Amino acid sequence: MAEGGPGSIQQAKLVLLGDMGAGKSSLVLRFVKGQFFDYQESTIGAAFLTKTLPEQGIKFEIWDTAGQERYHSLAPMYYRGAAAAVVVYDISNADSFAKAKSWVKELQRQGNPAMIMALAGNKADLTELRAVQADEAKAYAEENGLFFWETSAKTNSNVAEVFTDIAARLPRAAAPAAAPLGGITLTDTVPERAKRSTCC
Amino acid sequence: MDETYDAIVLGTGLKECIISGLLSVDGLKVLHIDRNNYYGGASASLNLNQLYERFCPGQTPPKSLGPSRDYNVDMVPKFILSGGELVRVLVHTDVVKYLEFKAVDGSFVLNKGRVEKVPATDYEALRSPLMGLFEKRRARSFFIFVQDYDEANPTTHKGYDLRSMPMAALYKEYGLDPMTVDFIGHALALHRDDSYMMEPALPTVLKIKLYHDSLTRFAGVLSPYIYPLYGLGELPQAFARLSAVYGGTYMLSKPDVEVVWEDGKAVGVRSEGETARAKLVVGDPSYFPGKVRKTSSVVRAVCLLSHPIPATNNAASVQIILPQKQVNRKSDVYVFCCSYSHNVAPRYKWIAFVSTTIETSNPEAELASGLALLGQIDEKFTEVVDVLEPLASGSQDRAFISRGYDATSHFETTVEDVLELYTRITGRVLDLSSKDPVRAQAQ
Repeated sequence: MAEGGPGSIQQAKLVLLGDMGAGKSSLVLRFVKGQFFDYQESTIGAAFLTKTLPEQGIKFEIWDTAGQERYHSLAPMYYRGAAAAVVVYDISNADSFAKAKSWVKELQRQGNPAMIMALAGNKADLTELRAVQADEAKAYAEENGLFFWETSAKTNSNVAEVFTDIAARLPRAAAPAAAPLGGITLTDTVPERAKRSTCC
Repeated sequence: MDETYDAIVLGTGLKECIISGLLSVDGLKVLHIDRNNYYGGASASLNLNQLYERFCPGQTPPKSLGPSRDYNVDMVPKFILSGGELVRVLVHTDVVKYLEFKAVDGSFVLNKGRVEKVPATDYEALRSPLMGLFEKRRARSFFIFVQDYDEANPTTHKGYDLRSMPMAALYKEYGLDPMTVDFIGHALALHRDDSYMMEPALPTVLKIKLYHDSLTRFAGVLSPYIYPLYGLGELPQAFARLSAVYGGTYMLSKPDVEVVWEDGKAVGVRSEGETARAKLVVGDPSYFPGKVRKTSSVVRAVCLLSHPIPATNNAASVQIILPQKQVNRKSDVYVFCCSYSHNVAPRYKWIAFVSTTIETSNPEAELASGLALLGQIDEKFTEVVDVLEPLASGSQDRAFISRGYDATSHFETTVEDVLELYTRITGRVLDLSSKDPVRAQAQ
């Protein structure tokens, strides 16, 4: 993990939570790659993305649920060391808002207490299908110490704002995900073979 | 759940999760189920509440032990050889990105009742108190031969044909005495008993090289072993995530799940009145009663300490091997300890494990030599676990069953079993060289 000296980039693990189909992957793909697909496949192969915000000096390591939330089988490792979480619901689906609340409870139980949490009411472009009022969600978010945005991955509304808002609130130099000293990274790059002289 | 899959995997132990990950990456549609509400099966890491639930149901942990969630106690404690097969699998599958590892502080061996650092190189052999002066020179020559040995280069073979020469004969060539042979065979080559002595020397020589290469892989480390932060329970979770990322479906908390058999073949699984069908079913032995047999039993003690193991230079994590002859047994006793430095216990607490393969009708007594090394023990939990293996390969009944976890304190036999299981299922050998063999760098 980067030490938080001036001008350095600090890594922060960010996890996404929310009901199937709320638009978790769409939000991330819009934020990281500027892409949007009307029929986004269920998350396959792209469940680990990174995005650097140079101005804030933050590199997000973004973990998607990879579908493990479907049967409530999300592994504890998912929450482990997360500095931030975005809980996503679909404003056209009241049930997804109820699920979002239960994910917030789960985070409060499992996650690190200093975690920055955002609530994102996604699909804000579907105004005529709205089932969750912004005021209601906002009040809930305030009560539970989350900050709140209505977003649309489709029209690219407020997507970057959620992430820059998180970046601005992250404590500096004390990233909860920081590894204790002596951490080792196993890689497949091929540095010169570490070899101790064996003959003398 | 009423669906058809290519493969259904039962149990989220490490072996099953690696298989699930590999099959999903191969493009198979995988359903993975566990009867428990947590990942890891027999190889889970438990928090303090779960630990008490398992060993002393009804009791609550004493407050003095600290918060339950600070504990990640391995049910099958093992270290990872940094140059070993598991690291190759972790890198090959790119699962390393979900995990953080730290080196293990020390590797020790019991010799004449004393705990001594394991010498692994010619240089360390010269400094080791394990051997007398002349024996040191002989051991040094032996290590130089092993370190330089290159299968492809006959000039390094010194005229020996290691494919036919028994290991005992190679030791004899170097005039090594039985004590030296004991730590080389058990603490470096990691053999569990002495049956390897009469077998060809090559595999043993390669294992000693592996130990040495693992030790020199990272600058400044004191042992060839690494271990993940938050315990081994992270490994199955990481492979399960790999599987999920490639479309695998995960269901925990299915206590009643059972295999469905038709005409003697496994055709799917049933739970809560629903049936999922598949071309094959994979799982740990506990899901296949009647299809497995007991090969041995392992006794393990989990001990909570408030100090590091004495005589290990205050190591925060350590392995001590007690070779069979040193403790008058047929199989080795393994001691394994880790602590706060790997985020598996609160500050100022150490978790030590002592395990061995059972040889008598009083298994707890068989751990005495290992327990004696620990100093004062705050809490101790002991259990006997049968090691089960499948009766058949699965080619006939489409039920592919893994083996239980043996008493060893490292992963080499575990990965061998997984790779063999993968070959039984797919008919292919997993090509670990499709990515370069692991290279690592200390941060």
